[in-house]
Amino acid sequence: MVKNKSNVIQRDAVVVKFVGDSGDGMQLTGTLFSDTAALVGLDLATFPDYPAEIRAPHNTVAGVSGFQVHVGAKKIETTGDQCDVLVAMNPASLKANLKWAKPGATIIIDLDTFEENAIKKAGYQTNPLEDGSLDNFNMVKAPITTLTRASLKHMGLDAKTVDKSKNMFALGIMYHLFSWSFDSTYDFFNKKFKNKPQVIEANKTVLEAGYSFADTVEALNSVYQVSKASMVPGRYRNITGNVATAWGFLAASERSGRPLFLGSYPITPATEILIELAKYKSLGAKVFQAEDEIAGICSAIGASYTGSLALTTTSGPGFSLKSEAIGLAVMTELPLVIVNVQRGGPSTGLPTKTEQSDLYQALFGRNGECPAVVLAASSSADCFNYAYMASKIAMEHMTPVILLTDGYLGNGSQLFRIPKVADLPDINPPVAEPNDPDFKPYKRNPETLARKWALPGTEGLRHRIGGLEKEDIYGNVSSDPLNHEKMTLLRNEKVQRIANYIPEQEITGEKEGDVLVVSWGGTFGAVEEAAELLQKEGKKVSHAHFHYIMPLPKNTENVLKGFKKILVCELNSGQFVNYLKMTQYGHNYSQYNKVQGLPFTVTELVQAINKTLEEK
Amino acid sequence: MSNQPNLTIERSSVELTKEDFVSDQMVKWCPGCGAHAILSSVANVFPKLGYRKENIMMVSGIGCSSRFPYYVNTYGIHGIHGRAAAISSGVKIANPHLSVWMATGDGDSMAIGGNHFIHIIRRNIDINILLFNNQIYGLTKGQYSPTTPMGSVTKTSPQGTIEHPFNPGELVLGAQGTFFARVIDSNPRMMTEVMFEAARHDGTSIIEILQNCVIFADKTHDSVTNKDVREDRQIALRNGEPMIFGKNKDKGIRLNGSRLEVVTLGENGITEDDLLIHDMYEQDPGIHLMLAKMAYPHFPVAIGVIRSANYPTYDDMVEEQISYAKETSKIKTVDDLLNSGDTWEIK
Repeated sequence: MVKNKSNVIQRDAVVVKFVGDSGDGMQLTGTLFSDTAALVGLDLATFPDYPAEIRAPHNTVAGVSGFQVHVGAKKIETTGDQCDVLVAMNPASLKANLKWAKPGATIIIDLDTFEENAIKKAGYQTNPLEDGSLDNFNMVKAPITTLTRASLKHMGLDAKTVDKSKNMFALGIMYHLFSWSFDSTYDFFNKKFKNKPQVIEANKTVLEAGYSFADTVEALNSVYQVSKASMVPGRYRNITGNVATAWGFLAASERSGRPLFLGSYPITPATEILIELAKYKSLGAKVFQAEDEIAGICSAIGASYTGSLALTTTSGPGFSLKSEAIGLAVMTELPLVIVNVQRGGPSTGLPTKTEQSDLYQALFGRNGECPAVVLAASSSADCFNYAYMASKIAMEHMTPVILLTDGYLGNGSQLFRIPKVADLPDINPPVAEPNDPDFKPYKRNPETLARKWALPGTEGLRHRIGGLEKEDIYGNVSSDPLNHEKMTLLRNEKVQRIANYIPEQEITGEKEGDVLVVSWGGTFGAVEEAAELLQKEGKKVSHAHFHYIMPLPKNTENVLKGFKKILVCELNSGQFVNYLKMTQYGHNYSQYNKVQGLPFTVTELVQAINKTLEEK
Repeated sequence: MSNQPNLTIERSSVELTKEDFVSDQMVKWCPGCGAHAILSSVANVFPKLGYRKENIMMVSGIGCSSRFPYYVNTYGIHGIHGRAAAISSGVKIANPHLSVWMATGDGDSMAIGGNHFIHIIRRNIDINILLFNNQIYGLTKGQYSPTTPMGSVTKTSPQGTIEHPFNPGELVLGAQGTFFARVIDSNPRMMTEVMFEAARHDGTSIIEILQNCVIFADKTHDSVTNKDVREDRQIALRNGEPMIFGKNKDKGIRLNGSRLEVVTLGENGITEDDLLIHDMYEQDPGIHLMLAKMAYPHFPVAIGVIRSANYPTYDDMVEEQISYAKETSKIKTVDDLLNSGDTWEIK
């Protein structure tokens, strides 16, 4: 393709955000843009930002759907604080997203949608194109609707189909801006609309029309050039956190030889794990869409007793409903993985927004003294690894494991270096042998304290378990006071000993310094980037990001003690910092919190860390 | 239909006896509780099924009934309140080669566990459910349950209950149940026969057991179970036989228009030919529902197998879908999956 532009902007990363009305196809546009970026060799992270309603009223701020993508030649850890390019398909989406555009950002709008009614409906008092409020941006006012219609006039398509392809016009503009080819997008059209040649033709025509338009517009007189990212060699794909979670479980099932059973009930933003696993019956996955959250986990407990890798997936409200049953799994000492894709709470809260406010619930939200393992994934791609590790720990240690991810990780996507299943760690569940003369339901491995997994159908191992307190070793119902105390301590000790089997806590940066920035879960990318920025400025800041929360890694105390201050950053009011205060005494803790349903921005973290550095 | 129970469950190579299923735990139900007779019937029927003893699994929720698994030497889970149906569903779907039995009560299955109860029935998962209906909460010491007759004075209804009770049979059939039977704890022979029928049925089998709680609802079923009146107030349904009952075998049930009615043989020229013939295998649940709803004083209470209709089971269909997917899908291993779709090499 010929370039008429002379001005080339070299960048190591660019953030693009596509916004429009729900139904404008912004999620698809963003996904196609990301796929092309990945194929030209860039690293990337994406995040869809959509309303809880399926189709909120047309042209209102409530109905705005967006998709942000951060592409770059460097390692991309976040989806970016603010965007360099904003594509806004109507006034409401511009109104809702202008605050996420960097000063001087290029803003591409569909000029045709800026008519009086729509401007008013978006909540503007005056026309933003005329009142000077956009003077600091590089505005590209493209008559996208008109030009889309004109480009398709010859095809005789219905008005609805024509207007639905407007998003491809915007995508065409973006491809010009980055000098990318249409190949991967054409591949998509060819597959998606296999039996609709007219639709393929229309989409291609509009995409090219957008590209040609960009070629002629002065405001787009420069193009971005992002060189290829230097990444670890290997085979890659783009993956969302929820898909990565599902696949991690499938891998754990295959490696352990234990069939996968998921009992789950649809809930935003966790449903995609259920949808994904339902596709893989060919791998033997049994997926049970239960009548409610409780049936989801209880069916999984039943499946676990029979020897399945048993899973249940949910978000905060559903996690509350599962509390009693988690207690049953703790008491019966059965392996079980409970995934909580966290969202804003309490109650129904903010279903489509992200938060880390279920940590207390994961650690403490059950009756009785009821210890369960708690892990947290830190990026969309590493959901695979932590789903795998959660399964491994659950089965090898005969315990429920709670895996915390969040809406940002679950819906966001990242490039994922594809592993070979054979290279993943071994999983060796303690399955009891037939007629084991030594078998007792609650007899434990002296090192892990795990009891044996005696599967129905096995000769010589018939036994009963349940939610009533169990007699040590024999597993009969017992209300003996000293036995209860002993079993309470054993259940706790079993979980604590898992610290002997998990990796030590790592630090990015020096092992001693002024401030150790501590984070956990889905905030990894932003916190790591903020800490690295300050390290480059020569500040004595290091970063420790926790994946293993219950139990904490054995060296946690050693990690914390090298620093004058510990700044714990999390998307809640301070749950992890309080947990650290309870378990790791004598450190100078301070905290930085955000409870807005939004991820951290690197900018605000840098400010917060600087403030901590300055404070006496 | 085969006379054998489920053919996918491995059979025992040796003859089993009642002793094979006796657990070493002390049975802690009250003396005189109807549950003892139910336990005895279960221990009688398990060896008759012919399955390996390791392939039988007992699941329960919470309540007096739900201590059951501890008293039978099989694999077993004593679950949490109301959730036995959900736990059993997981057991059976995960391992269809088990004969799964569930013990539950009127509170466990129809109050706290009502949701799971109707959905397991709707899905028709092959599980045999023993529903101990004593019309009271026993383990919490005497509060009214969803089946307590309206007006009953209990600890939580000092002026009498003001709730319309469930008729379990109506609920089961309303949830598209494929098997429903009603038995009485004082009739162990019929219990054993019906349990065998339940095991033979592919799908969710509900056996409502009219059970006496000697402590908190003694004689609650007395109006139909009392020795002196029972022959006139119960009708034992037998498949293929006319519906005759009464001390003198002179009463019957016939269909009059769209309703059932009690008639006396020999009166007004009525003969056996006018009576309904019981067809428990009939797909249409219309008559079964009318039979399940029959209640004293207008009708005798129906006991025996009321419905045993043949429908596909959830657990069989899961297995079919999996075999089909294994045959047809290109994704045979997780490595196939990881490398499917858009992937690219970075060197």
